[in-house]
Amino acid sequence: MSGFPILSIMLAVPAIGAVACYLASAQAARWIALIATLVDFVLGVVLWASFDVGGAQWQFVEHAQVFGQFGWALGIDGFALLLIMLSVFLMPICIGASWEAIQTRVPEYMAAFLLTEVLMIGTFAAQDLLLFYIFFEAGLIPMYLIIGIWGGANRIYASYKFFLYTLLGSVLMLVAMLWMAHSAGTTDIPTLMRTDFPLHAQYWLWLAFFASFAVKMPMWPVHTWLPDAHVQAPTAGSVILAGVLLKLGGYGFLRFSLPMFPQASAYFTPLVFGLSAVAVIYTSLVALVQSDMKKLIAYSSVAHMAIVTIGLFAFNPYGIDGAMMVMLGHGLVSGALFLCVGVIYDRLHTREISRYGGLAINMPRYAVLFLFFTMASVGLPGTSNFVGEFLSLMGTYQISTWIALLCTTGIILGAAYMLYLYRRVVFGDLTKDDVRAMTDLTPREIALLAPIAAVVLWMGVYPESFLAPMRADVAMLVARVAPAAPPSDSRPTAGTGPRTIGAAPVAREEAH
Amino acid sequence: MNASLLMTLPELVLAAGAILLMLVSAWGGQTSTRGVSIAAVAVLVGAGVALAGPAGAGGEAWDGLYRADSFAAFAKILIFAASAVAIILAPGFFERTAGDNLRPEYPVLILLSAAGMSMMVSANDLLVLYVGLELQSLAAYVLASFMRRDTRSAEAGLKYFVLGALASGILLYGISLVYGFSGSTLFPQIADAYAGPRSLGLTFGLVFVFAGLAFKMGAVPFHMWTPDVYEGAPTPVTALFASAQKVAAIVIAVRVAVAAMGPVTEEWYPIVIFASLASIFLGAVGAIGQTNIKRLLAYSSINNVGFALVGLAAGTQQGVASVLVYLAVYVVMTLGSFLVVLQMRDADGQQVESIASLSGMSRTRPGLAFALMMFMFSLAGIPPLFGFYPKLAIFNAAVDAGLFPLAVAAVVGSVVGAYYYLRVVKTMFFDEPGEVFRPVENPVEGGLIAVAAVLVSPLGYLAIPLLTVWTTTAAKALF
Repeated sequence: MSGFPILSIMLAVPAIGAVACYLASAQAARWIALIATLVDFVLGVVLWASFDVGGAQWQFVEHAQVFGQFGWALGIDGFALLLIMLSVFLMPICIGASWEAIQTRVPEYMAAFLLTEVLMIGTFAAQDLLLFYIFFEAGLIPMYLIIGIWGGANRIYASYKFFLYTLLGSVLMLVAMLWMAHSAGTTDIPTLMRTDFPLHAQYWLWLAFFASFAVKMPMWPVHTWLPDAHVQAPTAGSVILAGVLLKLGGYGFLRFSLPMFPQASAYFTPLVFGLSAVAVIYTSLVALVQSDMKKLIAYSSVAHMAIVTIGLFAFNPYGIDGAMMVMLGHGLVSGALFLCVGVIYDRLHTREISRYGGLAINMPRYAVLFLFFTMASVGLPGTSNFVGEFLSLMGTYQISTWIALLCTTGIILGAAYMLYLYRRVVFGDLTKDDVRAMTDLTPREIALLAPIAAVVLWMGVYPESFLAPMRADVAMLVARVAPAAPPSDSRPTAGTGPRTIGAAPVAREEAH
Repeated sequence: MNASLLMTLPELVLAAGAILLMLVSAWGGQTSTRGVSIAAVAVLVGAGVALAGPAGAGGEAWDGLYRADSFAAFAKILIFAASAVAIILAPGFFERTAGDNLRPEYPVLILLSAAGMSMMVSANDLLVLYVGLELQSLAAYVLASFMRRDTRSAEAGLKYFVLGALASGILLYGISLVYGFSGSTLFPQIADAYAGPRSLGLTFGLVFVFAGLAFKMGAVPFHMWTPDVYEGAPTPVTALFASAQKVAAIVIAVRVAVAAMGPVTEEWYPIVIFASLASIFLGAVGAIGQTNIKRLLAYSSINNVGFALVGLAAGTQQGVASVLVYLAVYVVMTLGSFLVVLQMRDADGQQVESIASLSGMSRTRPGLAFALMMFMFSLAGIPPLFGFYPKLAIFNAAVDAGLFPLAVAAVVGSVVGAYYYLRVVKTMFFDEPGEVFRPVENPVEGGLIAVAAVLVSPLGYLAIPLLTVWTTTAAKALF
């Protein structure tokens, strides 16, 4: 595949599709969008199939110095490959979810979605610091429009909040990037990943990047834009937001903060752990009392993302593998949960949990799929989230037993709020007439949810397919950061006891 | 002598053209408007072509009073282009405005103003600077009040004149101090005086000169006239003020700072940093409450001046180059925005200026709304639009010069500024359609909007190598 610019083509297809959609009629725009995203998905499959596992770190590299001081540099490693796969997999599903739900200004809607896809793939594939920033930041524009035009009642407030919050985080990162480019004399990300920045500078740079990624992630206490944006966004907007945009934060930590500033990362690990532990417990409790389904899932996203951050800052392969798996699993599962909410929202036009009840009686197929995704979200073994959360917590345990303990409670709380949600919506008596009149899933809706269910199961049963492409990258990252790893509180004292690695599953079992 | 004439050819072409066209308009009267306008654009093009000769990079002329270098040439091209656009827009604007007609004096005044600005940016002497600045200002005062039956326009002209005269006085006072304490009005000799022993008079002169120039560029704390004048002046004139005039004022400020006061960077540096940050924040905060699109763009221009000054604060060659990049892209964005403002017409064809009237424009006039959205996001500096690149260049220069606090404060200011640009986009895209604007079938205006939109689109990034070479050469000419 060398020499064939597959990444550029993956960017060009939706870009051209976006222009075509903008000029087309409503029905034509739907088909153009679907075809463009499916073509990109096929290209993604080709990309994965031809990705040489265990080969060069950076593959499908393209480089053209067309912008003066920075260039059009693309290339992917295992992390980027998997996240690009997640994006191209979810995109056709989003288009399908909007097929009937969006009836106003369809061409613009489809164009905005395709543009989002371009920018997300670009962010994951960019190998130049400034090119990365352009893609990373540009994603704000289509999401601002998607939330603001097709969102719910309070969409304007949510769109502003989303835009300004994330912009503020990003611009600080820009100044840090300029300093790095100045100091290292290059904007090439692979080179910067091997550059050792002076220690005192690392702290500032790390904080600037943290400002951006923590908002994107989102971490407590800068997570408040997320529930607003989710609740107000249309269903497909929520899917993309939860499925892919939230992964930009985690990807940023993985690509920039950890390899570029390992010492600073170690220094700030207690901060990350502290914020994550608060996030897990606090947002889980908040989720428990929500009366709005989308808000509940949004808060659960914050809790899951905190599991990602602790895994990333565990400085060992388990944690990083786990963080990636949680990111992928959460992208699929919370995306699917938002679709499940969208299904009943399309029928009754409310997200109030109390307005539903007894759906198991008249919507059995829906009840089964919803249950499956609820269980996946809780982290039932055999689903994707189990693998990720388990690895992530196991990795964390090796650094900090206390944080592992605190974050494991999130799984108990997760089970509580998800099962409570499920009980209120699906079980109980079918008392309300309008709820009784709701019909079961249409073939279109099944076609949207079934592929996600299949992949969630695949990830849970045979995670090796997903772990293999990134193994070499994880090893390289760990080799880079491990020397700086913060002291651990779970190492055995010399000469006593076995390796403590077996302790993590015990903590895990308590959770179930 | 001949060499000097050749080096000042653009100004000579403009001055001769302006005088000639003034005579034509005096004899021809109202009917000659169209012909004079076309001829005036031709004169501007001619002046631009003249830059290809010794006027582009010839060096010093008139015994050092005047510098024809590539730095000035870069600014002149922007000035001439913006002036030409201001002339091209005028017939459509006045045709659709009840009560006032376009008269042939309009293009003549713009030519005089362009000649003044052109002189300013090439000045290598404080008096040449002053004469050029007054020439462009006097023409600008008349242009601001060109709609004689509109009280707002008359008010704008009067306000501009009174405050402008005050600023000229301040500048002149500064010039006299500098002359008195350095013994010369020539920039290189002033620089020698500054390099020598410190004197209070020179420092005061520096402060007053910068104050006068800050007024002309509309930087805080000398910005108060901007919103009123921009609102009252006829829209094509506002476009000229927001583009060409800003370019001329900032470019000459850069030249004075580097060529005349370069040895005392540490003395003007706090002034520039204060003006820069104050402009960024006041421009951003002041715009939030505005309901008139022209006032909003006035505050936006204050905000943008602030960013351009960040590049000057860097004080390096790279910083100067980034100021030029910033100005070039800023001119395109701001002219594009004013072109869209010109399209805002109610059913009777009268100009509408309230931001609320833009509501739902994305459905009634999708193309126009899309173009304005691009200009707004571009002015806010959001990638992938090209407006991001000049901000990047500016911040890059500031970071390279070690000015982290300034860069961080400026980027935070850009987030505050993003809010009001977003508000315009929100009004166009999220709100329900209001009264529909009357479509304006003017292929020239439509074409110019399209050109500006393409330039600020991501396609603009392809121009970076060219822009880099050009601005670097220009900045090198100054050091």
